[in-house]
Amino acid sequence: MTPPVAIDARDLTRRFGSFVAVDHITFDVRAGEVFGFLGANGAGKTTAIKMLVGLLAPTEGQAHVAGFDIRTQRDEIKRNIGYMSQRFSLYADLTVRENFRLYGGIYGLAAKRIAERTNMFLETLGLVPNADDLVGKLPLGWKQKLAFCVALLHEPRIVFLDEPTGGVDPITRRQFWELIYRAAQNGTTVFVTTHYMDEAEYCDRISIMVDGKIAALGTPAELKQQFGVETVDECFVRLARGAQKGEAA
Amino acid sequence: MVKELHHILRDRQTLTILLMMPLVQVILFGYALRSDVRDIRLAVITPAPDAATQELTSRFIGANRFEIVATATSPAAIEPLFRQDKADVALVFDSDFGSHLNGSEPATLLIAIDASDPNTGTTYMNYMRAVIAGYQQELNAANHSVQIVTQTRMRFNPTLESVNLFVPGLIALVLVLVSALMTAISLSREKERGTMEVLLVSPLRPQQIIVGKVLPYLALGFANVLTALLAAWAVFHIPFRGSVVLLLLEAILYTIVSLALGVLIAARTSSQRAAMLGAMLVTMLPSTLLSGMIFPIASMPGWLQPVTNIVPATWFIIIARGIMLKGVGLTILWRESLILVAMAVVLLAAAMRSFKPRLA
Amino acid sequence: MRTLGYLLRKEFLQIFRDRFMVAQLLLMPIIQLLLLGNAATFEVKSSRMYVVDRDHSETSRGLVDRLQASGRFVMSGGSPSLDVANQLMLARKVDAILSIPADFEKDIVRTRSADVQLIMNAEDGAAAGVTQSYAAQIIAAYAAELGATLRPTAAQLSAGGSTIQPTPPIEVRARGWYNPDLDYSDYMVPGILVQLVTVVGSLMAAMNIVREKELGTLDQLSVTPLSRAAFIAAKLIPFWIIALVELALGLLVARFVFHIPMVGSILLVFAAAMVYLLAALGIGLFVSTLVETQQQAMFVTFFIVMVYLLMSGLFTPVRSMPVWAQWMAQLNPVKHFITIMRAVLLKGAGVADVIVPIGILGAFGVVFLSLAIRQYGRRVG
Repeated sequence: MTPPVAIDARDLTRRFGSFVAVDHITFDVRAGEVFGFLGANGAGKTTAIKMLVGLLAPTEGQAHVAGFDIRTQRDEIKRNIGYMSQRFSLYADLTVRENFRLYGGIYGLAAKRIAERTNMFLETLGLVPNADDLVGKLPLGWKQKLAFCVALLHEPRIVFLDEPTGGVDPITRRQFWELIYRAAQNGTTVFVTTHYMDEAEYCDRISIMVDGKIAALGTPAELKQQFGVETVDECFVRLARGAQKGEAA
Repeated sequence: MVKELHHILRDRQTLTILLMMPLVQVILFGYALRSDVRDIRLAVITPAPDAATQELTSRFIGANRFEIVATATSPAAIEPLFRQDKADVALVFDSDFGSHLNGSEPATLLIAIDASDPNTGTTYMNYMRAVIAGYQQELNAANHSVQIVTQTRMRFNPTLESVNLFVPGLIALVLVLVSALMTAISLSREKERGTMEVLLVSPLRPQQIIVGKVLPYLALGFANVLTALLAAWAVFHIPFRGSVVLLLLEAILYTIVSLALGVLIAARTSSQRAAMLGAMLVTMLPSTLLSGMIFPIASMPGWLQPVTNIVPATWFIIIARGIMLKGVGLTILWRESLILVAMAVVLLAAAMRSFKPRLA
Repeated sequence: MRTLGYLLRKEFLQIFRDRFMVAQLLLMPIIQLLLLGNAATFEVKSSRMYVVDRDHSETSRGLVDRLQASGRFVMSGGSPSLDVANQLMLARKVDAILSIPADFEKDIVRTRSADVQLIMNAEDGAAAGVTQSYAAQIIAAYAAELGATLRPTAAQLSAGGSTIQPTPPIEVRARGWYNPDLDYSDYMVPGILVQLVTVVGSLMAAMNIVREKELGTLDQLSVTPLSRAAFIAAKLIPFWIIALVELALGLLVARFVFHIPMVGSILLVFAAAMVYLLAALGIGLFVSTLVETQQQAMFVTFFIVMVYLLMSGLFTPVRSMPVWAQWMAQLNPVKHFITIMRAVLLKGAGVADVIVPIGILGAFGVVFLSLAIRQYGRRVG
């Protein structure tokens, strides 16, 4: 059972030499929610997510993912999470089915289960005729959706998505978010970073990062009220200009 | 072209590698690659020792190249010594050596060599024969037989240093490797990233683009040439009997050929990986084995010899050895130089043509 | 273990889908072996000799005839001018010059001794030495012939004895062990084979991991519970197998095209190869965990491989190297494998004879693979 808090971070910091990419961020993510980790490009979102999934070591601070400490219990964390990186990270020279089979095998799923879930995903995505096509040949939007499904293949408790909708058209973006909702409905916690502020509306709660710090944290409604604006985008603009209203919850 | 220069200078790591690597290689290999033979391990098998066998054996000791590692009375001792790599050669006297020598029948002896390495094997054999022949001549002189004394002069390399043979070849190898690799990688990287197409649709003509990309590497190549030649002179004391200026010019010409080769490879391959592999395979083994660097071309089978003419290193080695060891100039080397020029022109033209269709 | 199976499947699929890579791995080495196995020889077939004969006597002509009849020398002209001869040598048109002085025959008849001069083009010191040795033997044999046919001189008669006994020649028989015909390809081909297998295997293995780094798929794998050992094993095994296949193909070519003797046990060769490849590929994999781009992987691995190959005793004997280089050679897996190959194939060595080099190779493999595994697991920072 996932503890009620899926992810918690306390003063998580990452320095590169004298440059502080992530500056003492503190936040919680509750189980089953869709958490949007917003911020401009270069604000430190990818660095933060990399620390949470175990790709980068924190310089200071601590965090727990699915109840496990990110410093000492990396292996347990890895078994319980899914990850979709910003750069496309499936194997372009393998087919759709082969990619599923590979990752299913790595996560220790039985062959039958892999086949079941693969077929389910293929149907959901409408990719059944393309099951044996090389992934590299698919258009970008399909590749992203595919990567998401692969991240969900082993039914992780938490799935981390780093800019999953970068560079795709609005329709595909909508479809993507539908997939995210479905995953959340099944109890999966979704941690999503994005620089598209309008996607914030789709999330249960969001945080906005500015220059490595968390400048705002709460539900979209709360934040809009806090800043007295109509859209989350406006909130961000205010923050970016250094407006003093609102503080990390 | 300025942009390319910036590119190169910014990537300091690669730059140091590109400058240092050839130098390190020339020095390292120049020291290590020798075929001079020293300390030949000799086993002496004497079933019936007598004054004559002792005399001859002492000649071998006196010859300074040999080291007696074992003596025995039976030839059966040879096999284990060879198999375990403990001896290189064996001198086997027959049992009546001394008495035959003093009588009227020929005295026989057997030279056994570990010929698994036929090259050194032949050399060992020749050294041994020389010692024996020297002894024979002494006997003859005492006995008024006919002697023809041969005075030998080894031109261009009196001390028979193998380093004089190898180092020009090494320079050729190292230059072609680095140059071809450099251009092949850089250009194929641009192709992969797509920045090449941006250039191609610009008003710049393909020739200008290519020249612009190659020229900075030419500067690098020239730096490599200088350091390599400096190493040859200062570290290995290779003679520089001819015109240094001519040598530098020829070296630059050769570098251009290598760079053009790299460009052609980049043009013909589809990925960076393929370009790199292609550059390596096309340059490394042929330049080592087919260029006359180590193995003389005259020794190769007849059908293979024309193939060696395609390898640019072959011609440069002739030129470099000619200038450095023999002190000759263009009057003798004009043919080889012309061939290099022709190669450069052909390769560059082919490369440029391969880039053109992309425009369509 | 099952995870390894899935990974291996992926690696093989990727390799065989890349047709260029397949050609590189299997075809190129064989083609190169065919070409280069023929090229690698030091045998000096015949030398072009120029004769400067100032004597023009029967004796001097006899000498020239002997040299020509030996088949090792091709007479490329003659004239009384040494300058012309030297010019021709500069222009690489002749390899050796024989200069016979004007009183050659007279000196032989009167004093039983005469001088000739032999000028060699010694650019290639080794070849010059070999050619000179041939010439010296032929000349000595001719001298012995002359000795048998000439009448004794007055000085000799007066010195004593009515019959002159020329010293019987020392008859020298030479035998080359393991390679009686002194066939160079027997020696070179196993070595070239090793070289090809190493170059292609290490490079491919090295570039493989770096490619995943560059593409970003490495991150995806790092986030999974995949063990480091499994990852490295999956990168190692496919190329290990391919390299062994290549070795097998190469040995077939060696046997049937070059007629290399295979005196010892082929199984032993393969066993040694398996250990050797662990070391060679291990080095490639370790390098690839250290660098960031494929370009760097290329340069570094290539540099290491070049050093190993040239200093391995393949082209020049290890025993001719300076002492420090000979020590380095002990650290060179290529050198050990070549030693093993030659010992087993040419000399029929058994396990006991080669157990030491095999052990060294094994140690190398363990060290480098462990390093690679450790390096892969390191998180940045």
